[in-house]
Amino acid sequence: MALPNPSADVLTPGSVQDKRGARRPRRWSLNSAAPYLLLAPSLLFLAVFFAWPMVQALILSVQTPEGEFTTQYLQRMVSDVNFSDAIRNTLLLIITVIPIQFVLAVIMGLALQAKPKSASFFLYLWTIPLGVSDLAAGIVWLAIFGDRGFLNSVLTGLGLMNTPFAWLSYEHPLSLLAAVVIAEVWRATSIVMVIVVAGLQLIPPDYTEAAEVFGATTWQRLWHVTLPMLRPSLQVALILRTILAFQVFAVVVALAGTRMPVLASEAYNWYGGNHNPNVAAAYALLILIFSLVTTGLYLRALRTRDEELGQ
Amino acid sequence: MRPRVTRLATVTLVLLALVLVAAACGGGAATSSAPSAPAAAPTTAAQAPAAQAPAAAQPTTAAKAAAPAAQSGPILFHSSQFTPVAEREKMQNVILKDFPGKVDYEPQDPGPFVDIAEAQAKAGKMQIGVIGGLHGDFPVFIKDGVLDDVTPLMTKLQDRKFPATFVELGKMGTKDKQYYIPWAQATYIMVANKKALQYLPQGANVDSLTYDQLKAWGANIQKATGERKLGFPAGPKGLMHRFTQGFLYPSYTGQPVTNFKSPEAVKMWTDFKDLWQYVNPASTNYDFMQEPLRSGEVWIAFDHVARLIDALKDKPDDYVTFPAPSGPKGLGHMPVVLGLGLPKNGPDRAAAEQLIDYMTQPKTQIAVARELGFYPVVDAPLPTDMPAGVKLEADAVAKQSNAKNAIQSLLPVGLGAKGGEWNKVYQDTLTRIVLKGEDPAKVLDEQAKIAQQILDDTKAPCWAPDPVSDGPCKIK
Repeated sequence: MALPNPSADVLTPGSVQDKRGARRPRRWSLNSAAPYLLLAPSLLFLAVFFAWPMVQALILSVQTPEGEFTTQYLQRMVSDVNFSDAIRNTLLLIITVIPIQFVLAVIMGLALQAKPKSASFFLYLWTIPLGVSDLAAGIVWLAIFGDRGFLNSVLTGLGLMNTPFAWLSYEHPLSLLAAVVIAEVWRATSIVMVIVVAGLQLIPPDYTEAAEVFGATTWQRLWHVTLPMLRPSLQVALILRTILAFQVFAVVVALAGTRMPVLASEAYNWYGGNHNPNVAAAYALLILIFSLVTTGLYLRALRTRDEELGQ
Repeated sequence: MRPRVTRLATVTLVLLALVLVAAACGGGAATSSAPSAPAAAPTTAAQAPAAQAPAAAQPTTAAKAAAPAAQSGPILFHSSQFTPVAEREKMQNVILKDFPGKVDYEPQDPGPFVDIAEAQAKAGKMQIGVIGGLHGDFPVFIKDGVLDDVTPLMTKLQDRKFPATFVELGKMGTKDKQYYIPWAQATYIMVANKKALQYLPQGANVDSLTYDQLKAWGANIQKATGERKLGFPAGPKGLMHRFTQGFLYPSYTGQPVTNFKSPEAVKMWTDFKDLWQYVNPASTNYDFMQEPLRSGEVWIAFDHVARLIDALKDKPDDYVTFPAPSGPKGLGHMPVVLGLGLPKNGPDRAAAEQLIDYMTQPKTQIAVARELGFYPVVDAPLPTDMPAGVKLEADAVAKQSNAKNAIQSLLPVGLGAKGGEWNKVYQDTLTRIVLKGEDPAKVLDEQAKIAQQILDDTKAPCWAPDPVSDGPCKIK
């Protein structure tokens, strides 16, 4: 990541030339080492709690307790009855949930950008799910979609149904998927929205004003000015959301139990219930690979050149 | 200058967002470690993985291990039982209340339960005072030399009058060594709402039902009410695999492990799939059958006694209890025996022995029956003021084990940490044949390979009712 030169900002323009010679002996002064010192704790944290466990997981998934290389755990994972379902369900959730979330988040962001009277109220309201743990969110939605949940009570109360409908039954995979999608959209749209709002606020009004002067319609301004300027924010949001979507777990488990295996729930089941950390590690590895590949694809596909930002 | 400021601000904001997300993820991960919370309502688990994730469970023990002077501290009661919060609290605050010393009751999921004890033994720092678990939990500890012989303590406790079969089980196949003192017993039974009785098929008696009659019963109810009122605990934390392992399989095949993919097993699965059409489809959500029984969603249910007790205590007059149905080979049923063992080099042996003495006193045994639905293993007649629900269960348990055609089927023995994968074999078989409609013979063939692999890996000999084998148990 390109970090701004930390000492450049403290120099006053014009003095750069004279100070350059004087700066050299101070290379290892506290001031110039500061950024690295400040970064060190987080790097150490990442190394100890992310990089090292990742390496360990990799080893765990291909090594027998005796220390020999093996593919038996990967084979066990692939041949398992839930494997293809887990991949299918995870991908299905990603391709349904993420587009909905982005459309909603952009709409919400634009609505806030228009500065309606109660903008800050809505901003707070829409970010509430951000503060709710995913399991709690799952349980809330379980109370809605359960056989004796609020939805069934309302529908039967209004006389639209005679008997409660089992939304979450294995016999109705579509309504089960829809319930999980709705819960996921509710839970995780706000994080996208926060990033979009931040991105929108960074777009200098000059551009939109200029477009307006040239007679661009609202739609044209959105399509040709706002969205391209928003691309870096969308990229970050997309990467975050996709990585998180590969790890989707608590909401699915709360709503669907064992009827809708996803990658993360399988990893959990293999570790916890089946007590086989090796196969669990194989799943973790798979999630990691998926996340890396999609992140790489996003970075390539959504590359933003500086000129496009007018810089 | 403006674009530069914008870019800096973007980077800062994005970083800020990342930190926020990371924080959110951290929180999420911590809470998501309890996926069963919605289902694991206020109640009981016999040996299901509990709500806490292993990751969440370990720190507590780690903290404990780090505590110095374990000798003077409380006795650590390490257990695979009573893991749900409500049960754990009853154990700690009711059952152990009158013990003269201080005890820390620490229930664990099956995985960490084994790992923690083994790790402490390996490190030579045994902090555990007493190990409590299922009969099937013990072989792995014996194999790895974690447990001490408790014969001297058994001699001291002779006045408790443990049933000879349980004492024999506690020897774990050895002649002169006792590895655990029997602690409590339980099993699985059937419960029906009295409303269902009018639909019993002609000539059927609830106390000696066959699986065919159970199916006809469910069919009659569906015809009359339009609803599927049979229920099984096939939820994420339910004990459905115990039903297939210890009830269905022995009833149809006589030798549940060796005949895993026999023609009898194929017939059994075909029959059971047929029966499933009268089973409430929400069964795949049920972890504890007392919940749907109470709500009336289900009228006829099978489950562990500890997972039925709340419904029976609540409205004992609404229900009848009865033994599981019989199949062509007899009435397969699975008694659950819990035992208490002592680890080698535990911190305070005298206190630990005193704790086992306390746990096996008739008064404590009756308290466990009253609070947790596990029945005495000592000569302790249930007092007359026992809740009616407990009596209902005790009746069915007695009828089931005394049935003329009873086939006693032990919980898996000697599989150690692979017990979870063993259960998965049965869960997956049910999912594939009954829920997904795959061909029984083909599924059994494939699942038998996985099951055989587990038996080979653990070198577990066959356990009752399969005839004892010399080497690892072999599926025919």
